[in-house]
Amino acid sequence: MIPELGHFALIIALLLALTQAILPLYGAQRGNLTLMAVARPAAQGQFVFVALAFACLAYSFVTNDFSVENVARNSFSQLPEVYRFTATWGSHEGSLLLWVLILGFWSTAVSVFSRHLPEDMAARVIGVMGLISVGFLAFLLTTSNPFERLLPAAMDGNDMNPLLQDWGMIIHPPMLYMGYVGFAVAFAFAIAALLSGKMDVAWARWSRPWTTVAWAFLTLGIMLGAWWAYRELGWGGWWFWDPTENASFMPWIAGTALIHSLAATEKRGAFKAWTVLLALVAFSLSLLGTFLVRSGVLSSVHAFATDPARGAFILGFLTVVIGGSLALYAWRAPKMITGSGFTWFSRESLLLANNVILIAALGAVLLGTLYPLFMDAMGLGKISVGPPYFNAVFVPLMAPALFLMGIGPLARWKEASLPDIVTRMKWALGVALATGLLLPLTLDGFKPWAALGFFLAAWIALAVLAALLDRIKYSQGKLPQKLAALPRGFWGMLLAHFGMAVGIAGIAVVANYSTERDVRMEVNSYAELAGYTFTFRGTTAHDGPNYRAARGTLEVSKDGRPVATLHPEKRVYNASAMAMTEASVHPNIFRDIYVAMGEQLDDQGAWTVRLFHKPFINWLWFGALFMVVGGFMAASDKRYRIALRRSEVPKNIAAQGA
Amino acid sequence: MAMKPRHRKLALIVLVVAALGVAVALVLNAFNSNLVFFFSPTQVANGEAPTSRAFRIGGLVEAGSIRREADGLTTRFVVTDTAKSMPVTYTGILPDLFKEGKGVVAEGRLGPDGLFSATQVLAKHDENYMPPEAASAIEQAQKAQLTVVE
Repeated sequence: MIPELGHFALIIALLLALTQAILPLYGAQRGNLTLMAVARPAAQGQFVFVALAFACLAYSFVTNDFSVENVARNSFSQLPEVYRFTATWGSHEGSLLLWVLILGFWSTAVSVFSRHLPEDMAARVIGVMGLISVGFLAFLLTTSNPFERLLPAAMDGNDMNPLLQDWGMIIHPPMLYMGYVGFAVAFAFAIAALLSGKMDVAWARWSRPWTTVAWAFLTLGIMLGAWWAYRELGWGGWWFWDPTENASFMPWIAGTALIHSLAATEKRGAFKAWTVLLALVAFSLSLLGTFLVRSGVLSSVHAFATDPARGAFILGFLTVVIGGSLALYAWRAPKMITGSGFTWFSRESLLLANNVILIAALGAVLLGTLYPLFMDAMGLGKISVGPPYFNAVFVPLMAPALFLMGIGPLARWKEASLPDIVTRMKWALGVALATGLLLPLTLDGFKPWAALGFFLAAWIALAVLAALLDRIKYSQGKLPQKLAALPRGFWGMLLAHFGMAVGIAGIAVVANYSTERDVRMEVNSYAELAGYTFTFRGTTAHDGPNYRAARGTLEVSKDGRPVATLHPEKRVYNASAMAMTEASVHPNIFRDIYVAMGEQLDDQGAWTVRLFHKPFINWLWFGALFMVVGGFMAASDKRYRIALRRSEVPKNIAAQGA
Repeated sequence: MAMKPRHRKLALIVLVVAALGVAVALVLNAFNSNLVFFFSPTQVANGEAPTSRAFRIGGLVEAGSIRREADGLTTRFVVTDTAKSMPVTYTGILPDLFKEGKGVVAEGRLGPDGLFSATQVLAKHDENYMPPEAASAIEQAQKAQLTVVE
């Protein structure tokens, strides 16, 4: 019964989404307040029914209802309960349902926090989000019904892919989708602005906190994905430039460009048309990313051929959304009035440079990701574009943007003085250069890329400090009061930039000074790596809830003193008979020691073991977390709420007058 | 000296074109040197694969072909597309899903003796999943054989 209830709830959600899309958009065009007022309840109702459908699917998973095909294919009775729950979004169908659920959540959030918006604006924003819901719900119902029954029911499930049985994977997809789908809000605001023709500074102020929050979630989602890959794949790598990774990285680049150009639009009325275009692009890339990863096109472009309905729907949907929004843009954008002017050296021009570089980098990643698919689809042969290409392109492109990142926050709007900035930043440049040149010497030899990384990290960190000092120089009072008086938007920016510096420092070290060894280890033999001694004490049998494992014991010591005892595992999962390596990591702020088991070699208990020393790897995660916190902080800035109260006043007066 | 809108637009266009120029130059340069092409064992046997640069091969790990050398880390195996096969050597820990009779993709260089020295062996995250390159190699080989039979 429950799966049918879920299916039925999805159908009602589709009808509500249609209402949420059509009536308010039509009402806004006609100036009909009654029709516009449908937007909020319809959006909230749609969310309730999608949530009900999601709960039904989750219930089927948790209670092991193997008469549902989706459950039978992606879950298993011995799977721990928490993974049975997360298996809900482990499949193509379930993940799309999660997508719609999160879209419903964002739509509801907009419906609650949009009281200060003009009615027609709110109606259009919610209406556009309704259109997106319609697309996804129709896709789910027509091609990817998550509630499809399996007759006769399976005795037991096929199990969840063991690699996904990790708590990094529990929270990675929801966070990533919060980011992807959050850009739908920015997209809806952009479409609403194009429809109404009202592209003013207020528009940028409304859409800015939403965009920043979405960006912060996306940053968190990508970080969690990298962290999962690092710990779970057993190769010690955290970024492979794999198409699935690029799929989430491309919207992030566009989103980063967007939050910066929104700043210029909100503060100075600059780049209005460009900002709108970026909002369209960021969401289009989110859609592309969802479908690239979830449609199976990456594992085979011919997956489309085996399931033509899905492929045709996806291509059609992408065409309508991207093509339609760009056509609307081409029609409406020329009517936008550009803001006041600025000189070649100003905050605006630096933000523009940031945007241009980011978009160029985005183009390079897009090409490297889609070109192999294109070649394959055209039957022109199979090629792969690996990390060497992306590193060769991405690093040189981003280096100047990272350098400008140090100057941007110091430059004045409209017209900045280059000599003034040179005077103020001379010391920072000197210190950063010295760091870049000298720091690598304290590590394992001088490497130019590491030197560049250290220089940029130090430069950005010092520039954050310089921007802070510059901001409090003329304010009154003692230091704590001065600091407390700074707006949260400013703190958020500093924190995010500082996080970038921390992350770059981490990447510079881990990419250049990591060491690893594959060794054959007999029981009680030892191996050395990066000054650490690893002693192998053999393996013992260890059974988990749904797997059997050989658990190794390695004692790690340095200069005769014990550092850690690690227990890597080699598991075989019961349902799929799939083998999996579970690495064991001893972390600290300066390095990870990471061991993974290969294969048993003989009856005496000798194994191949892979040892890693990963210096500064944890700086990456901390850098990303700083960026996330910075994003949330900036979005919580008082001025967005002041704007909210101020615009509420006329409405109240109008209400009293009526 | 605030810029007039017209000048600003011009400056913007110049910036964009310059950045795109740099990007295109970088991309083309990197593309040329870093594209990795794929060849099936049949293509390698026909001498279509380069000897001067790295490429990828794919197919099935031939049953009974895995031999481990004395150091415990070097493995030799044979990759077949069911029509032709080729010997491969790899030093290091192999992925969990590397098994006889299963699909595999390896990246590396072809030696003058016909031995493929792999620097990387890829196997995907799913037991039943066949790497697309491997699947295509087998498909091509079987098609070719059918044509011969006909």
